[in-house]
Amino acid sequence: MKIINNENTFSILFFLILFIIIYFVNFFVGSAIFERTVTNLFIYIILVVGLQVFMGNSGILSFAHIGFMSIGAYSSGLLSMPIKMKGFVLRDLYPIFENVAFDPILSILIGGIFTAIIAAILTLPLMRLNDAAAVISSFALLMVIHSIVVGWSAVTNGPRTFFGLPKATTLEIALIFSFLTVIFAFIYKNSKFGLLLRASRDNDIAAESIGANIVYLRWFAIIASAFLAGIAGGLWGHFITSFSPKSFYLKETFLVISMIIIGGSFTVTGAIAGALLVTIGYEFLRWTEKVIKFSDVITFEFIGLTEIVLSITIIIFLITKPKGLFPFKEIGDTINKIIKKE
Amino acid sequence: MFLQYIVDVLSLGSLYALFALGLVLVYGILKLVNFAYGELVLVIGYSIFLLKGSPFPWFFMAGTAIVMSIVFSIFTDYVAFRPVREKSVTAVLITSFAFATLLQNAALLLISAKPKNVPMPSFLSDSVQFLGVITPVRNLISIFVTFLCLIIFYQFMKRSTLGLAMRAAATNFNMTRMLGIPANLVITSAFAMSGLLAGIAGTLWMSKIANVFPGVGLEPLLIAFIATVIGGMRSVHGAVLGGFILAFIDMSFNYLLPQDILKFRDVFTFSIVILILLIRPQGLVKGPATGIRT
Repeated sequence: MKIINNENTFSILFFLILFIIIYFVNFFVGSAIFERTVTNLFIYIILVVGLQVFMGNSGILSFAHIGFMSIGAYSSGLLSMPIKMKGFVLRDLYPIFENVAFDPILSILIGGIFTAIIAAILTLPLMRLNDAAAVISSFALLMVIHSIVVGWSAVTNGPRTFFGLPKATTLEIALIFSFLTVIFAFIYKNSKFGLLLRASRDNDIAAESIGANIVYLRWFAIIASAFLAGIAGGLWGHFITSFSPKSFYLKETFLVISMIIIGGSFTVTGAIAGALLVTIGYEFLRWTEKVIKFSDVITFEFIGLTEIVLSITIIIFLITKPKGLFPFKEIGDTINKIIKKE
Repeated sequence: MFLQYIVDVLSLGSLYALFALGLVLVYGILKLVNFAYGELVLVIGYSIFLLKGSPFPWFFMAGTAIVMSIVFSIFTDYVAFRPVREKSVTAVLITSFAFATLLQNAALLLISAKPKNVPMPSFLSDSVQFLGVITPVRNLISIFVTFLCLIIFYQFMKRSTLGLAMRAAATNFNMTRMLGIPANLVITSAFAMSGLLAGIAGTLWMSKIANVFPGVGLEPLLIAFIATVIGGMRSVHGAVLGGFILAFIDMSFNYLLPQDILKFRDVFTFSIVILILLIRPQGLVKGPATGIRT
């Protein structure tokens, strides 16, 4: 399979058009809340497509990606935070960082590379584990990263809020990064590495017998995937500008996993569709929660409905459509077929 | 001092061992990890909390809570395991994770996000002193109850027909089915026993922390995870051993590490998990011969 073929070109073009449509819809709606949601959506697309690069091609569930996202967010924030703020937020900061204030976008990129390096060091030995052991180790990795972020007050401000980041992420920047991620995911999926890794996902013994080195293939995938998660973290950090370790934990992990499961982890289209649908559903439920809360119908605090609906949806999906909405075919395949018929 | 340390390790380890045993029971037969396992402690805590105003004696409330734990454990099987059991490992992991999130948020929505006080009989926190050791009564009760449970459990697994069927299913599930053992009965009873053990351990755990909140299940779940990984995911002896080893590690860190490194304790324990998964993926104690998921 060539990397540049009709199917991939159609898929990429489809998402380019979709993204531009979303951009213009936002332009015409012109509300700040809507723009916030859309920017968040694009950042989530980077994260979920990044997760798809590893999980979809290798078939291994990873809980660690939100941890990688936090590394990206904290490291880029550390680099871009204005010098004045540093003395204020991080009192025990190491002297090397005290007079550093890079351009935010540069910081985000460095944050992504840093995350990839950390992932490269941590995950190489884990890549030979399969099934339950692989999942538990990635869960343990999330716990390790979380505990370090909470404990290392000198650079993360501990469990308290990390704030003072310049607000650099705009809708346009998020859109561009997310489109580049989509292109990368398609190229990777159909490259030699992606094909071999997918072969190992479907039958590891057969793939090894034709010379696939599964450990290294998975390792490359998780490094790329962690890089994207780090970028997503950096962009999110520079969008939200203040966050705490709680922002990168089980609740968010669950959200991202529900996106990839509902969409379908084997396809990039599925990952994007999942991000889109879950974001829409999530915002709608949050709005419902708010309406119920302010309508004085009930007196107690009304939270948690969103997660309940989300978890029921996931269970139903896994029972009825275990491979998600887009199990095998990318959107480009479908478009190509329609065009050929005519 | 040394004796105090031994008592501390034993009392914590007995709790950890019970938690680990409950998790490994299901894992042994289905080769599937139950992420909703920790939520049984949540069920225990809220059951006792909801019965707080009732005129019943405390032991009745605790008994009801343990029954609820068994019911919810079987319920987990029906909601999260049975429909997707034949599909991928990943699917079951996610459904059980989703079910855990569901229970947590149901507690959040229906009760409260704030910690709620769980009533405990006062004699549990009275201190006793013997041979220079000062320890609350509940620690001694934990040790006693756990050893009692372990003896009953081992005898049950060894002598009863159901226990034999469960051990057979853990070794070779397909063969067991072919020999006419009803698969669903074995699985349901594994979940029920898992719920019972988690229920007993959860009640003892509640007597320690004395309050309940939606996230209460995470710590017991992690304890059970780590203990089973250390001891061996496929062996009941391994799980018990793993529980005591984990308690030994935790307690030693508490005694030895200075305060500012102590906050990284979890990093050390989880690194141990990852290391053991790498060096000895089967854990310290090897389980039955076949480990293939069926």
